[in-house]
Amino acid sequence: MIFAERLDWQVATAAKFCRETQGVVTIAFEVPEWHGHLAGQHVDVRLTAENGYQAQRSYSLASPAGNAAEIELTIERIKEGEVSSFLTEELAIGDDIELRGPIGGYFTWDRQSSSPLMLIAGGSGVVPLMSMLRTRYKVGGKAPARLLYSSRTAEDIIYAAELDRLAANGDGLSLIHTLTRGAPSGWQGERRRVDKQMLATHAFQSSEQPQVFVCGPTLFVETVADQLISLGHAESAIKTERFGPTGDKR
Amino acid sequence: MRVTRGFKGKPRDTGATSDRLPPGQFVTQDFPVLTAGPTQQADLDSWSFALHSDGKLLVRWSWAEFEALPQTEHTTDIHCVTKWTKLGTRWRGVTFDDLMSAARLASPPYEYVMAHCDGGYTTNLPVADLQAGKALVATHFDDVPLPATHGGPARLLVPHLYFWKSAKWIRRLMFMETNVAGFWESRGYHIYGDPWREQRYSGDA
Repeated sequence: MIFAERLDWQVATAAKFCRETQGVVTIAFEVPEWHGHLAGQHVDVRLTAENGYQAQRSYSLASPAGNAAEIELTIERIKEGEVSSFLTEELAIGDDIELRGPIGGYFTWDRQSSSPLMLIAGGSGVVPLMSMLRTRYKVGGKAPARLLYSSRTAEDIIYAAELDRLAANGDGLSLIHTLTRGAPSGWQGERRRVDKQMLATHAFQSSEQPQVFVCGPTLFVETVADQLISLGHAESAIKTERFGPTGDKR
Repeated sequence: MRVTRGFKGKPRDTGATSDRLPPGQFVTQDFPVLTAGPTQQADLDSWSFALHSDGKLLVRWSWAEFEALPQTEHTTDIHCVTKWTKLGTRWRGVTFDDLMSAARLASPPYEYVMAHCDGGYTTNLPVADLQAGKALVATHFDDVPLPATHGGPARLLVPHLYFWKSAKWIRRLMFMETNVAGFWESRGYHIYGDPWREQRYSGDA
């Protein structure tokens, strides 16, 4: 485990920005003291104002597992989000923030695993799953893998070009996109919310004993996990990460 | 602590709520759902809640028996380790003290418990953190039965600790002699989890 020591706050310097979609930016940070992470883990980010006010949020690591001193976070700007708005709109190259991690020892993919890898993403839920796919590519993983990725429109697909490249490598990764709010002409993928039928068509069968990771907005994850169980997948094989509002006031 | 160039923040938590907000938390009006796996769907006809010690069953209640135990209402703030805090949440359930009385246990067999849940989730707690009205096994939220997504039919409620300790879908409390780490506690999270001391991860003071 990577948690032997205290997780101290570390200074991270913004080194590179890449706009993924209209509201999503990847930021590469130099973190000289980074001790490494597993695919699927996250970090806590802390911002401090002149008056001492602080805000903390958690963000998934997008870069592959390993101990490189440059890590990437892919951040979706949330309306009224004081931290995501600052990071995606105001932070500049050379600026420092603080972060600590890696955090989370459950929603992680073991690069030694030979089980089929089933990844199911809704929106920016693709970020920790991208870390898994980048790790798989880096270590030359050949176990079959699939990414079923739901986005609103084609313009909202994060990592679109890189995913296409990864899927074209011939190393057993297949990529299935679905769009929920209209598709461009000639669209080859699915065109609705992920449902039981889509999972029956595109997910590995339960008999293939896949490891399943589902990440996305709460209702997306609830629906997908429930349907996977109704298709016979073992609960213990389904790891989930939910984010965003539920709409529940209670 | 290092000032972030240009960051002003939008402090939403002023006046009345600021002294109710532990360090690093923000207030949400929503009620987020965080779970490591699928939501558990319990069948109330076969549901039971039990206390165990030394591998032996001490007492077990069916759903009907559990609902007949003394009910306590509790309004409290809750603090999730993922940074959200929800103020003034209203719960109803059975206090740990009333469970002990109903089980005719004058004192706990050991100083620690492990909470066991449907789906295999566990979390460890000192018994002292459950006593004196500090904890409920909650079955209602805002006067209605607790939905499965939020841990229904019954979840532990230990609001003075980070909310991962308030285990969803609880089925058993097992007394234990030593403080063995539960699910998240053995995966890098703090063994105790006091939000006011910001004990998020192992190694935090």
